[in-house]
Amino acid sequence: MAIREATLAGLSREQLLDMHYKMVLLRRFEEKAAQEYSNAKIGGFLHLYIGQEANGVGAFSALQPEDYVLSAYREHGYAILKGMDPKAVMAELFGKATGVSKGKGGSMHMYSNELHLLGGQAIVGGQLVMAAGVGLAVQYLGERRIVLALFGDGAVDEGAFHEAMNLAGVWKLPVVFLCENNQYSMGMAVTKAWAVPTLEPRAAAYGMPYTRVDGMDVLAVREALLDARERAVSGGGPTLIEAVTYRFRGHSMADPAYYRTRDEEKQWRATRDPIALFEEKLKAAGLMRDEDIKVANDRVDAEVDECARFADESPDPAPDELYTDVTVEGAGAIAWRSRPSTPRD
Amino acid sequence: MRTIAYRDALREAIRDEMRRDERVFIMGEDIAGYGGTYAVTKGLIDEFGEKRVRDTPLAELVIAGAGIGAALGGLRPIVEIMTANFSLLASDQIINSAAKWHYMFGGQAHVPIVFRMPGGGGAQRGAQHSQMLETMYAHIPGLKVVMPATPYDAKGMLKSAIRDDDPVLFVEHELLYSVKGEVPDESEEYTVPLNRGIVRREGRDVTIVTFSRMVHICMQAAEDLAKEGIAAEVIDLRAIRPIDLELVMDSVKKTNRVVVAEEGWKYYGTGQGIAAMIYEHAFDYLDAPVGHVAGADVPMPYSKPLERAALPTKADVVAAVTAIVPARQAAATPTPAAAGAR
Repeated sequence: MAIREATLAGLSREQLLDMHYKMVLLRRFEEKAAQEYSNAKIGGFLHLYIGQEANGVGAFSALQPEDYVLSAYREHGYAILKGMDPKAVMAELFGKATGVSKGKGGSMHMYSNELHLLGGQAIVGGQLVMAAGVGLAVQYLGERRIVLALFGDGAVDEGAFHEAMNLAGVWKLPVVFLCENNQYSMGMAVTKAWAVPTLEPRAAAYGMPYTRVDGMDVLAVREALLDARERAVSGGGPTLIEAVTYRFRGHSMADPAYYRTRDEEKQWRATRDPIALFEEKLKAAGLMRDEDIKVANDRVDAEVDECARFADESPDPAPDELYTDVTVEGAGAIAWRSRPSTPRD
Repeated sequence: MRTIAYRDALREAIRDEMRRDERVFIMGEDIAGYGGTYAVTKGLIDEFGEKRVRDTPLAELVIAGAGIGAALGGLRPIVEIMTANFSLLASDQIINSAAKWHYMFGGQAHVPIVFRMPGGGGAQRGAQHSQMLETMYAHIPGLKVVMPATPYDAKGMLKSAIRDDDPVLFVEHELLYSVKGEVPDESEEYTVPLNRGIVRREGRDVTIVTFSRMVHICMQAAEDLAKEGIAAEVIDLRAIRPIDLELVMDSVKKTNRVVVAEEGWKYYGTGQGIAAMIYEHAFDYLDAPVGHVAGADVPMPYSKPLERAALPTKADVVAAVTAIVPARQAAATPTPAAAGAR
């Protein structure tokens, strides 16, 4: 069979190579961001997605453009996958006026009405209760789309998880809950934080189907999402997916990861790297050649360099942006100015 | 004009807006079959059904969060939090999400939501059911906090709040629900803006700045003061964020004396904030320190006499005024009660 006609998981070679390209883009984007953080071009917190790319790429490949997404603070990749210009994402990391949130949000806060990306939430678990509400709006308006709520294993520990899952379960809301279980909430091992080893009994408690998937296998994640999406749009209600994954870097750039061993990290990197695993699979199926990998890498290198250049050369927000957008009509800040001071008679 | 109760005025506002706009719906604990803990939503389920009058599980965080999410998804939710006390369980979503989403995403996100909640003491409900927590929310840029005192304003402001594109905290007072007042006939459409206070009574000697249930107490106090020859001007702020400071300053510049009166706690609160703004913007016009009447600085006690002692009274307002206004007539003997006792 000629390489052009070969397929895998019902996907064409073109689609598969695009998924590979996106995984590489997400990784190199984060590596560039880390570099610029070290260069002090990026401030605050910077949470990198390196190691978890199969989850985002697999999940978003199963979405339709009209589907809503809510996520947490490790979200640069999601923003890019939902269709944001990576340059505008990088500019937001740099805090520039050309950033997706005009420089007012930062690394953790990406949003777009047009792309139906409803925000990066930095309060752990907060996006889950909101996602239930977006699902309610979809159901109320009779729309044929779903809400994807992305979260980590730490969010499971929050009360918000329980309240959101229960409401979605009892109202049969069209929400897919995707837990990227990277096994540490900051430094807390999931084995120390959960009273049960998987989310299966929890899903059962909310009356919703559960799927556990290898979060290092982009096609497996995609399959799980396709299945859950179909259930949600056809009135079958929510699904809880647990994708088992690993972040190769610390929780944020500030984290030296004392809570786990270097051996453990090396083991994951050497044997479970989602990009390498996908490349092997594509090569074994005769869908990818070494030169395809080089083409993807070169393309991505040029792109992320351009992102950083664009961000660096972009202007800071104008000073008067400080008081805009507090409320819709702009009167929310109590910025009362006394009329010209007239001395008392 | 008709005379109806505050709770009925609220219900009319909700019903009007739900009839006007399909996207408006209400959800909360026991608002449908039960009719609302304070009977505000009574009967709405019959007209609008379960889709638009939604009983929720007892889970304030998701009630608030799902309301915000529904707003992002294109609806205009009214969320009833059973009491302001329980809003603390929802406060993460109110403060960290609703108040931030518009600004944090550079003006892209709109969160048109109303959080209705009753607060306040006076019904022997104890420490965890009697709090005035508006100060906490009024502190937060990105929120609007309105506290109407009359049925007319309750209806007009709730309609405005539902139509507003920002998150609005609509704080009712438990003891106001049965208070009656004049409201235009149902056929007559009106709204009351969320950023304008009102002079409830004009006077030249002192300005009493207040809001919510304390408006009624201050009006009674002004009546008593008039008998002593003191003409008090009573300003009902109606909203504390945004706040109609122009109205306050104009009055202060006329009377040169101010008493701020609120039911909430004294320290680090709304009243002290207002006093500070008056000092900041009208110091030159003051002939006396700003007086402040507030609730006792304690968790609310259950005992009836203790609770009564914890809540500010008409006598407290009169005492605070007479402490800073010189007697104009021989008959006017300042009350000896210490205004500073609170």
